[in-house]
Amino acid sequence: MSDHEYTPTSKVGKWFNDRLPLLTLANHLTDYPTPKNLNYWWTFGGILTFCLITQIVTGLTLAMHYIAHADMAFESVEHIMRDVNYGWLIRYIHANGASMFFLAVYIHIFRSLFYGSYKSPREIIWIIGIIIYLLMMAAAFMGYVLPWGQMSFWGATVITNLFSAIPLVGEGIVTWLWGGYSVDNPTLTRFFTLHYLIPFLILGLVVLHIWALHVPGNNNPVGIDIKKPSKDTVPFHPYIVIKDGFALLMFMIVFAFFVFYSPNILGHADNYIEANPMVTPAHIVPEWYLLPFYAILRSVPDKLLGVVAMLSAILILAVLPWLDTSKIRSAVFRPLYKQFYWILVADVLILGYMGAMPAEGLYLLIARVATAYYFLHFLVILPVLGFKEKTLPVPLSITEPVLGGSPNLAMAKNKESIDK
Amino acid sequence: MKNFIKLFSILVLFFFTVTQSQSAEKVDYLKTDWSFKGLFGKFDRGSLQRGYQVYTEVCASCHSMKYLSYRNLGEKGGPEFSEAEVKAIAASFEVTDGPNADGEMFDRPAKLSDKFVMPYENVKAAQAANGGAYPPDMSVLVKARGGGVDYIYSLLQGYEDAPTGMTLDEGVHYNKYMYGNKIRMSAPLSDDLIEYGDGTKATVEQMSKDVTTFLMWAAEPHLESRHQMGFKAIVYLIILTILVYFSMKKIWSRVESEV
Repeated sequence: MSDHEYTPTSKVGKWFNDRLPLLTLANHLTDYPTPKNLNYWWTFGGILTFCLITQIVTGLTLAMHYIAHADMAFESVEHIMRDVNYGWLIRYIHANGASMFFLAVYIHIFRSLFYGSYKSPREIIWIIGIIIYLLMMAAAFMGYVLPWGQMSFWGATVITNLFSAIPLVGEGIVTWLWGGYSVDNPTLTRFFTLHYLIPFLILGLVVLHIWALHVPGNNNPVGIDIKKPSKDTVPFHPYIVIKDGFALLMFMIVFAFFVFYSPNILGHADNYIEANPMVTPAHIVPEWYLLPFYAILRSVPDKLLGVVAMLSAILILAVLPWLDTSKIRSAVFRPLYKQFYWILVADVLILGYMGAMPAEGLYLLIARVATAYYFLHFLVILPVLGFKEKTLPVPLSITEPVLGGSPNLAMAKNKESIDK
Repeated sequence: MKNFIKLFSILVLFFFTVTQSQSAEKVDYLKTDWSFKGLFGKFDRGSLQRGYQVYTEVCASCHSMKYLSYRNLGEKGGPEFSEAEVKAIAASFEVTDGPNADGEMFDRPAKLSDKFVMPYENVKAAQAANGGAYPPDMSVLVKARGGGVDYIYSLLQGYEDAPTGMTLDEGVHYNKYMYGNKIRMSAPLSDDLIEYGDGTKATVEQMSKDVTTFLMWAAEPHLESRHQMGFKAIVYLIILTILVYFSMKKIWSRVESEV
């Protein structure tokens, strides 16, 4: 960061910068030395920033037309869809934007898991990231309640009822959350308020996330510490800017297909039925991005333990830097971890699928096995693997394997797997 | 680049899995060609106008459509009745307005800005008149059912005699596409039930298709502009992506690394 002092060339610039070093900051951001071997999995940080800004801008516009009242919310959404100029576009971007946001964040998280980006010295970045992820889930859940359809209402009922599992004070907490004795207008208005607030909290945390990132610098596919700046790095601008921009455009094409050609496919049909406390839908299912955790919740027979399991499944990620005992970051040099990594990916996908199915028979059994494996991965496999695994030799610098200067056969092989 | 292709295929795969998973859970619905599907999908104007006729002459006696206004019938991308026709349609309905200067409510013919007149005063009245079952509002009905248009289209033609061994309560009918196969609504359509203004033969199949098309428009009045804008947006994005790709290649050619 303080590798070189920056001085603005103009007098005015210098005057301003001495008082508020915004220009120094801008200079730092453009010059920021970035490993040159970052692959496309690294572009999702920028994509996520785009998602957040998109959600905030479309959300603000929607809030100008939306009415947070149990009797008018559903109607006001239809008003947006029909009579507000391009209201349908803004709402579909916002609704599908939430899904795209989660798609991107899952890729971002799993990239981190593969390349060991959560390890020292990047633990704080990782923990801030987990907090952002938790806030995202809260924001998404409350946002889904706002249209006041059947899934909104019953989803809110199911999720808030989870708090009743807390011994002694549970019931009281639920009443307090609802602002009454059932999910009703007070619940809707407070959810709206919080849904409006959380994105700005996330924005603040994103700033901290990036700040914390800029102290040690980016991890990279080889997972080694690199000298910055050096021949292993490129300045953020224009190299990373254009690469992130290119990936973002590809992402936007997929995003646009959803918005323009399948805008309702990720939502549930029941949410186009206005909320009715007297009629329970046949299956209450959360949005796809919460399904793995929903499966964990349901696979534990006891309500309290189910909630504990679900929360632990997320919070366990926060202590991941200390559960993973391996000194090697990148899975490229960890042949065993690489296999367990892909098993974990499959495990989470299976959990997601089971979360969408009714909790009975074979589905329930598979969900239980998958839940057990999820915890096994983090609590047993990862700590043990660090001691037992025979890792591959790690190159000394990025340039070395890339330029093929390695005399070592194993390293030459590594080069191939990195290039992939 | 390999990495990148992997990544992009994951995104595309994600799109198709969700698109497919939606259709995978479908029962075998009756199939028909919907003009509004696909990249350039548009409504069949004639079908929309006939569909409105089916709605207003058959469905509207029980089903409300409370989020639509008469003016919508003349708007672009909809049935596109002429202004005179829409005014005549609106004027054929009575609405209660007021209070007037004397503080009294009064009836007057509907105007373009009025919402579709509801068949019942409220949900309770609707239930009372229909043996306890509430005929759902049709404004977004197509989007509120898992199978969408195919489901509605099939349901309208799905009335059959109940299989032997199945007992139906008084006022309950058998429909092979209904969830649980039991439906309160009696078969609403029969051949030549109405007479189409444009001379099309009013078979059950034809009426089902027309009214379903109309319901699709009612639920998604901006579908046509969505498709048009979507195509432009995606073409624009693709061209921009290609340009950015070559710029990126050029910029990265300055360093010894691959993108």
